This record gives sequence, structure tokens and C-alpha cells, in this order.
Amino acid sequence: MSSPFLKIKREKMNVEFKNINKHFGPVHANVDINLSIKSGSIFGILGENGAGKSTLMKVLSGFIQPDSGEILLDDKVVTIDSPADAINYGIGMLHQDPLDFPPMRLIENFIVGQKGGLVPSYKSTMKDFEELQKKFGFSLDPEAYVDTLTVGERQQLEILRLLWMGANALILDEPTTGISSLQKEKLFAALKILAEQGKTIIFVSHKLEDVEALCSRVAILRKGILVGEVPAPFDSDELVEMMFGKVITLGERNNLSQEKVVLELKDLYVEQYPLRIENVNFQLRAGEVIGLAGMEGSGQDILLRACVGLIRPISGKVIVKEKDLSHKNYLEYMENGVSFLPASRLEEGLVPGLTLAEHFTIAGDEKKGLFIDKDYFKEKAEKMIDEYHIIGRPDLNVESLSGGNQQRAALSLLKNSLSIILLEHPTRGLDIESAIYMWGKLKERCQQGTSIFFISGDLEEILQYSDRILVFFSGHVSPPMDASTTTLDQLGQLIGGKGWKQVFDTKEKL
Amino acid sequence: MGNDIILFGLAGVIASGAPIVIAVIGETLTERAGVINLSLNGVILLSAMIGFWVAVETDSLFFGFLAGMVVGALVATIVAFSSITLKQSQVAVGFILAITCRDLAYFLGNPIMGSQGPIMLSTSIPFLKDIPILGRLLFQQSLMTYISIIMIGVAWFWIFKTRPGLMLQGIGEKPAAAYVRGANVQKMRYFYTIVGGALVGLAGPLYTLSVKPGWKGTITGLDGIGWIVLAITIFGGWNPIRAAFGAYLFAFLQWLGLVLQPYMTSIPSQVLQVAPFPLMILALLFVNMGNTEWMERLIASLPDKVRLRAVKILRSMQSRQPGALGTPFERQ
Repeated sequence: MSSPFLKIKREKMNVEFKNINKHFGPVHANVDINLSIKSGSIFGILGENGAGKSTLMKVLSGFIQPDSGEILLDDKVVTIDSPADAINYGIGMLHQDPLDFPPMRLIENFIVGQKGGLVPSYKSTMKDFEELQKKFGFSLDPEAYVDTLTVGERQQLEILRLLWMGANALILDEPTTGISSLQKEKLFAALKILAEQGKTIIFVSHKLEDVEALCSRVAILRKGILVGEVPAPFDSDELVEMMFGKVITLGERNNLSQEKVVLELKDLYVEQYPLRIENVNFQLRAGEVIGLAGMEGSGQDILLRACVGLIRPISGKVIVKEKDLSHKNYLEYMENGVSFLPASRLEEGLVPGLTLAEHFTIAGDEKKGLFIDKDYFKEKAEKMIDEYHIIGRPDLNVESLSGGNQQRAALSLLKNSLSIILLEHPTRGLDIESAIYMWGKLKERCQQGTSIFFISGDLEEILQYSDRILVFFSGHVSPPMDASTTTLDQLGQLIGGKGWKQVFDTKEKL
Repeated sequence: MGNDIILFGLAGVIASGAPIVIAVIGETLTERAGVINLSLNGVILLSAMIGFWVAVETDSLFFGFLAGMVVGALVATIVAFSSITLKQSQVAVGFILAITCRDLAYFLGNPIMGSQGPIMLSTSIPFLKDIPILGRLLFQQSLMTYISIIMIGVAWFWIFKTRPGLMLQGIGEKPAAAYVRGANVQKMRYFYTIVGGALVGLAGPLYTLSVKPGWKGTITGLDGIGWIVLAITIFGGWNPIRAAFGAYLFAFLQWLGLVLQPYMTSIPSQVLQVAPFPLMILALLFVNMGNTEWMERLIASLPDKVRLRAVKILRSMQSRQPGALGTPFERQ
């Protein structure tokens, strides 16, 4: 029952796409793609959201069938009808949202789908699992439940599973989204090991820095067309130009903060099992941007949610504009000009099934009568679509918008006169252009005196846009640090729990 | 009350719990695959009537049970076709079927009202029946009761210990992930819906041929059992062993109502007859207390060692519904 991988069979597999075409309705998602990927290398596929990267990979992994064109594995034409077919050919795909089973134990999740007798042997699987994970320096507990893992750990689990199933070619779809920098290092190290063993690694991303750090060759897609292929070493400007067809510059950090305090945390103590955050004292000034840095699940989301009444503090105070809102609910916070944009846009931010125009109807303060003034809100939606560059129409359901456009829509729904906006991962899953745009809009609001409190897993984003930074490490919160004097390296160390004593003299914190 | 009488009563609880156990296992299998078969209250009545009728006509218990299973499987096929293939609301279809089947049972069952039919007798198991207490409780039962007890273990083993069982969990939890692992989601959902339906259909004749012999129309007293089965499936956490406990608890409460009636003359008998239903819900709510926020708060305040243990215990008690329960699967 052990997998081919463990028998040190170093199978190689060259993957080739020939004239792949795929339409989704009127959209030509893949236009005549020709691409050849050699085994033993890490091949990057770069492009902004909606460039057709995922479509091409879904064709290879059997999720969708191309309208025309062929896939060749080691120069042989193959038909891949389903993901199960793909894995039989040795192609495994790590999806952006890990396709695993949260309530199962790791080892059970590992076994599902593996062929064999009626009753699987946990003992031998456990041995395989430990052996396999040792090779990559992973330390997953096979008895733990999947839903207790972080996104990064679930990726590790899935990679191990695909290898165990006998994958020779591994497709990774935006794997660095939502994982910590430490996990990213681990992931990259593992991918390098696999490439050395002769496996084919296809790394799909819209993040330049990841592709540059990892890949030996990159293909760039734009609007469904293969724009070109570039070997390492890469020139960032060249890649950006190929991705977007134009040169993009990052926005400037400009300190807009004023003296006025809009939010004050006093001896705040919140907890959500298993984390507790104690003794938080902090003042947020008007127009200021505060970044919350830390590995996923270090407590930043708990603090953020405590600042909008979504988690009630055990003790301490949350004071918004000199008003004590400690034990009030979200509605009270909203009435006092605090708004929250959660990370899961479709689950908590927008209402799937409602159109854009309908969102403006339920979100706004105007025209609160019993009947809906359809024309008014259609016009308003059109105005906002224009202002926020949303690609969509007022009568489109929000779930049919792309991720970047959903995020813009969520932002456009926020009222104008807010004093504080709290954001979770405001640019997660967005390409550079959308991210820069998003921040441009947020900065406009800062100019009007709005303060921003945001969580991000992307340290560069935190350094780029914050005025001050709070670092989180397993429930400990650092005193605010000035972003202009903090380096990326320093921040990286701190979120990993290193160097706290040197940086902060406040002994009661650790 | 003497000990003998109590023992006799408890043995009766095991026997009268048997149809509930079987139906609960059937519904558990169906829901584990991600399909809600809401028709079971009607199915139990219809299969009870038809199973009894067939048994009367053929003078064969076997054909009676078989007919009940066929009825259950057929109704389940309708549920499966409309919800899996046509992707219609499982709740709407199931609910209408529940009402239709119930009324059909009463209407079509008129000709055999009050007929005499075969009754399943108990078969003691040699040697085992002589074990004190346990022998009386477990080994002097009818064949179907033995089957129901064995089924608890088999179903549990199938769902949690076998390869197809793990895949079954996967199909109900996240069909896309199961699909990627090579499962034919639609086919397996059909399979488990029909098998589950057949088991629910077995519960009907088990009443009319054994537990409450005979078909007496609306006073047969089976209306409502299907809904309780549904509740037990949910609060049983989609786990056959826990669900079986729920089933026996319900049968026990019903028996208690009967036993206490002569002693509690001040309480109207209807109250005692109905009491098991709300009591059942209360008991099951209590078991699922670990899901609540205040419980989490309470636990968070405990010292670390105690807390970890408490979390573990509560986690094992908690029930979490299959993630994709009631939602159709689309490949893309």
C-alpha cells in the first residue's frame, strides 16, 4: 500500500500544452496556449487576476476540459477527464482553498481517496506519513484535526498527500496567499527539494517576489494570452510590464495622522480559546494607518474584532471618540462611525444573491422608506462603479464579480463619513494593480481624517502603508513601532517571536 | 415493582427501540452523504401498512419486511432524483413526500384495517440467554432486534473505519474535495440515499409485524416517529452509536410513560404519552451543550490541564453536521 514516491522511483515527466483554447461564455479565457514545461524545474505562471492562469491549470488537472487543443505528457497525447484521471497520470494540484476535510483527523484526510482494501491500515499509513514529512521538515501531528491547522499547514498536508498518491507534476495555485512568511520559507524549501528529485513544479502566482525567489523560468499570461516566457534571473520591471502592459509605481507613504485620538484601548483583556490577549493600551489618532503584523492566529484578528464589538472584552475598555463602547455590539460601533471589512468577503462582507444596486439599497443611510427607489440606487451604483473602477453592472449579483472587484465593491459600500475603518487582509488575493488602487482609495479617506486599522500577512504591505505597527506573537502585543524606522527583517524576526526583549524594554509584555 | 418486571420492561425497550435504531441508521447514512431525506415520517407509515399487507397476503414475514424496504427505497429514489439530478430543494420535496405518504398509508390501508397478520416471535439464543440479567435483556429477543443491534456496530464501523466510509464522510463534508480524490459524488449520493431509504422502510413493518402488531389506521400510533428519528439523527451527531443511544432513550421514555401512568393519575395520560418528545429534545440539547459560547467561556477560564481535558471530552460529544448537507454538488 505504500506509494510509488517512497520507493524512490524518480520518475520524470515533461508537460506540454498544445494550442489550448477555452471559452467561458463570451470570455476567451485561454487563447491558443502553447507551453512546454521540463521536469526537474520550478516553472512559474504569472499574471494578474483573471489572466487565465487558473483556467489553464484546471485544464491540466482535469477539472475542466479545453474546447480545443492537446496536453502531452512525455510527448504522448493524453485525455484528462477528471481530477482522479489527472492523479493517475501523476498530476496533482494544490488548490488555493485547500480541498480537504476540516472535521477529519489529518491521517483520515490523508487516506481518503487512496486505493486499497476495505479497512485502511492506520499504522502503516502513519509510518509513511511520518517518513514523508520528515523529508521536508514538516512537523504535523497526524492525530490532530484538520480544522485546527493554519492554511499553511493544510497546504503542507495536501502536498504530502499528493506526493503519496504518486504525483510527479505538482501544480500550486497561489500557494503563498494567506500563509505566514515562515511557512512560505518551508514551502519553498520543500518545492526546491522536489524539483531536485526531478519532479515538475508549476507555481501559479500573481506575486512577483515569490516567482522571482523560486522559479527558474516564468510564463506570463495576460487576458488569456501567453505574452512570453522569461528565464531567471528576472527583471521586475520587465515582468510587471508584461503582466499589465504598462509600468506601475507603488504609492507613497504619507503621514496624515493628527493629534486627535479616535480610538483608545485601556487595559483591554480579550480572549478566544486558545488565545488570550492581556493589557493592551493603545491610542489611535485621526487619519492614522496602523498595521497589525503577526503570523496567522497570533491574536491580531481577535483584537481587531474586539475593537468593533464582535468579540466582547473580558475586562478593560474600548473608547471610541471619548465614548465607552466596551460592551456594546457592532451596531453601536457603526453608529459611532466605525466600520469593519472582514477577510471573507462573500461570507461576512457582501450578500451573495443580491445585486450591486441592492447592496447600496441595504447599506446606505438614504431613502430608508419601505419601498425601494430602484432608479435612485441604480444611479448610485453606476456612480460608484465608475468611481471605484468596478468591472460590473448594477444588476449583476456580487458573487459573479472577480475577487478584486468584490473587494472594491465592499469598499465602495462603506459610508463616506467614517472615523475608523478596520480591515482584515484588504488586498489578499488581489493583483498588484488592484491592491495599489485599493490603498489609493483608503488613503483618500485618511486625508479626510479617517483612521485605518488593518491586518495583513504581507509584511511589505504593512511596512509600505502603515504609520505605526503592532506586532503580535501568540497573544502578546508589542508597543506601537514607527513604520518608517522598522525594517522588513526586523519585522520578520518579531512575528516569529525572536528579538522581542531587545526591541522593547517593556518587560511585562513577555 | 419487582426486579423481574423492570428487566422485562427494559428488554421491551430494546425491542421497541429496534425500528427507531434502524431508521436512524438509515437516515444517518443518507445525511452523511449530504442528502436530507425528510420523507421518513410518511415512509415509516406507508411501509408499515404495505409491509403488513404483503405479510398478510403472503403469510410471510420476510416478504413483509422486503416490501417495506422496497417502499422506502422507491420514495428515497424520488428524493434522490429530485435533489441530486434535478437539484431541487431537498426540504420541499421531502416534506411533501412525508405528508403524501402518510395520507396514502391511511387511505390505501383501509381494506386491511384490523386484519390478523403474522407476528415475529422472539428467538432465544442458546447458552447466551442464560446469562443473568444480560441474557434476559439482550438474548431473548426477536431476530430483527438482533439485527438492529448488530447494525449499530456495522454502520459505525463502516462510516468511521473503512475506506468507503471515509469517502462517504468526505462526500457529505466537501464534495469537491471528494471528487478530486476520485469519488463519483452523484452516484454515491444516489446509493446512500436509496440504502438509507430502504432501512427507514424496514422500520415500518418492524412495527406492524412485531413491536405494535397489526394495522389500525390513524390509531396505529406511528405518526411522529419519523420526525423523532430525524431529530435523533441530528442530535446523535450523525454517529450510529450515539444515535442508537438516543433511540433507546426515546423508547425508554415512552415505556416510562406507560409504567408511570397508573401511579400518576392526576396527570392526564396524554401528557405522559407526549412527554417523551420534548424530553428527548431537552436531553439531546444537553448533550450538545459544548457547542455554546458560554460553555467555551467557562472552559477558557479553567486551569490549562483541566481545560485541555474538558475540551477533548466536549469535542467528542459535539456534533457537527456534514458540511455540504442539503446542498447539491456541481462539478464546476
